[in-house]
Amino acid sequence: MYRITERVVLSENIVKTVFEAPDIAKKRKAGQFVILMIDDRGERIPLTIVDSDPVKGTLTIIYQVVGKTTDQLAQLHPGDFIQHVLGPLGHPTEIDGVGTAVCVGGGVGIGVLYPIAKALKEKGTRVVSIIGARTKKMLILEEESRSVSDELHITTDDGSYGYHGFVSDVLRDLIAAGTKIDRVFTIGPVPMMRVVANVTRPHGIKTLVSLNPIMVDGTGMCGACRVTVGGKTKFTCVDGPEFDGHEVDFGLLMSRLQMYSEQEQKARDLCRCGNHDR
Amino acid sequence: MTDRDKTEKKEKKERIPRQAMPEQEPRARVTNFDEVPLGYSPETAMLEARRCIQCKKPGCVSGCPVDIDIPGFVQLVADGDFLGAARKIKETNCLPAVCGRVCPQEDQCEKLCILGKKWDPVAIGRLERFVADFERKSGTIEIPKLPAPTGRRIAVVGAGPAGLTIAGDLVKMGHEVTIFEALHKSGGVLIYGIPEFRLPKGIVDAEVEYLKKIGVKIITDAAIGRLKTIDDLFAEGYHAVFLGVGAGAPVFMNIPGENFSGIYSANEYLTRSNLMKAYRFPEYDTPIAKGRNVAVIGGGNVAMDSVRTALRLGAANAFIIYRRTKTEMPARAEEVHHAEEEGVQFKFLTNPIEYIGDEKGWVRQMVCQRMELGEPDESGRRRPVVVKGSEFTIDVDTVVVSVGTMANPVIPMTTPGLETNRWGYIVTKDETGETTRKGVWAGGDIVTGSATVILAMGAGRKAAKSIHDYVMSL
Repeated sequence: MYRITERVVLSENIVKTVFEAPDIAKKRKAGQFVILMIDDRGERIPLTIVDSDPVKGTLTIIYQVVGKTTDQLAQLHPGDFIQHVLGPLGHPTEIDGVGTAVCVGGGVGIGVLYPIAKALKEKGTRVVSIIGARTKKMLILEEESRSVSDELHITTDDGSYGYHGFVSDVLRDLIAAGTKIDRVFTIGPVPMMRVVANVTRPHGIKTLVSLNPIMVDGTGMCGACRVTVGGKTKFTCVDGPEFDGHEVDFGLLMSRLQMYSEQEQKARDLCRCGNHDR
Repeated sequence: MTDRDKTEKKEKKERIPRQAMPEQEPRARVTNFDEVPLGYSPETAMLEARRCIQCKKPGCVSGCPVDIDIPGFVQLVADGDFLGAARKIKETNCLPAVCGRVCPQEDQCEKLCILGKKWDPVAIGRLERFVADFERKSGTIEIPKLPAPTGRRIAVVGAGPAGLTIAGDLVKMGHEVTIFEALHKSGGVLIYGIPEFRLPKGIVDAEVEYLKKIGVKIITDAAIGRLKTIDDLFAEGYHAVFLGVGAGAPVFMNIPGENFSGIYSANEYLTRSNLMKAYRFPEYDTPIAKGRNVAVIGGGNVAMDSVRTALRLGAANAFIIYRRTKTEMPARAEEVHHAEEEGVQFKFLTNPIEYIGDEKGWVRQMVCQRMELGEPDESGRRRPVVVKGSEFTIDVDTVVVSVGTMANPVIPMTTPGLETNRWGYIVTKDETGETTRKGVWAGGDIVTGSATVILAMGAGRKAAKSIHDYVMSL
């Protein structure tokens, strides 16, 4: 049982939840994730750890409400419990020896990108962040991102805030302007990551993506999270979650993410969450 | 007793035929996940037990990996002392309701039963199952008296058959035992792998509860190797560690299209259905593809479990695709028989070489090759050889790849000094389960590769004795 200590709605459907998990908080490094299961009838879903506080023994997650489980999670308030949390899972992000890094985040992916930018900054890397959302009120973690960046660019698809366009446009401009970039980290919707990888590929800039496919156990036992990277099958839970963006088969990743879309809709329609009285 | 007397005794016993166990009718059972065999009645059990001739040197016991006093418990059944029989079994086996169901008795105790030479062997497995079920249903499960605490702490990694067995044994020796389990439920393969219709989960839960009652501590959601390393466990004051983590990683065939949607490893398919209860979606949140044409690749027990699950999820056609013939199939005869009765279609001498998907990336067809049997290979089975130009396709919308498992690398990767072989399995001294790392033992599938529940339990039993000697010498 993992007690929730804080819940903040960051934007229309993006929520931050902080909960107690002292053993995981002690071990967790940037880039790692947990599998959580809200109750004994729940499904197991992977969520990247956004922050951890080893002193308070807490973990922070940020997620978008997209289905029944995330909806149910968003309804849990301080004092409520998550039944099961497994972690920290996956390889931590390799952050050593990067001169200049560009961190490109979109939507809820900004939440996952932030700890990586923070860890890079702590290692003395020059961090340029590009964060974007569909519209201004959906943008999250602006101040946090600014605090760990030497340079921060903001984009919105509708032009309601910052640059009018996509994060990949700003990245393209930076490259065109001759900015020296050693590595790009990009996390966001799969189409966005694919475009970012396509932008950096001709310039040979190493680009890491953090993937969030469907998982069950999260320990390498089931293979639900398999992705094709450089023509080879990899398990995101134990081989990832970060991979070379130039090698990932994004089309396959997208179709596998859609595998249960019908059932997910059905589950959401029948959602027990409506019964939550808070 | 002269030979003639012995023969007469056998003849007399044989007047009672081996008692059949009632089962759900095939047509009814493919529509539910309830257990297929229904178990003996007390009368049938006593009748069956009376067939045992109480050999002086019982072959059956030597065939049991955990040395159950088989004639002893069978005699108690014949006498109608079912609780006494349960106590007798539990002297050496803490999971009798499980073993009575999933042990391959035909290759172990029953294979060596003297009656089997001329007639049918005593149905030892069915009797074990009866006794365990009787005890559980009676609600009078006895807690054995435990010796004084030794002050020694032992960490067991993995709450599967090996881990549960060793934990029970070590607690009974007076040690403090904590099991660390990565999943949210204890039982390992008994919970995530073997389906409800073969091993009801309530039974596994009851056996786990028994262990907790005798003092085993179980911590779930604990990914050892990540949350805590083996070094961390020693630093926390554990005197010894047992690794019973299973051969958890699924093997794929690496053929084109294998990552299309609708293609599962058997581990995933069974975990969704058994552990996550996807067959009860949307009452439970985890979904599973309810395919119309389901192909399961492989010929082992796990393949049989998968294909029978597919039928129960509503498949119109459920195929076993196996590259050799029925004779070479590693699955238990009983499982194959059950699958046949339920309408599984077996395609022997057939091997998939590619999958074809639709525009949404969902599998639609499987390209196969015909095979023929050539010379025997190192396993002694005749090697399947491709028949050139024999490619054909089968329409499928769900595929379950059940061609084996390999070692999960996480613990060896994070434990210095722990030697593994070239397949990634942990190297141990055969008899004791001792690894190359001081204070660390291992047993079960992570040492042997995929094997049976009872062999893992046997490994747990042996390691328990060795760990006991070690911690008491500290």
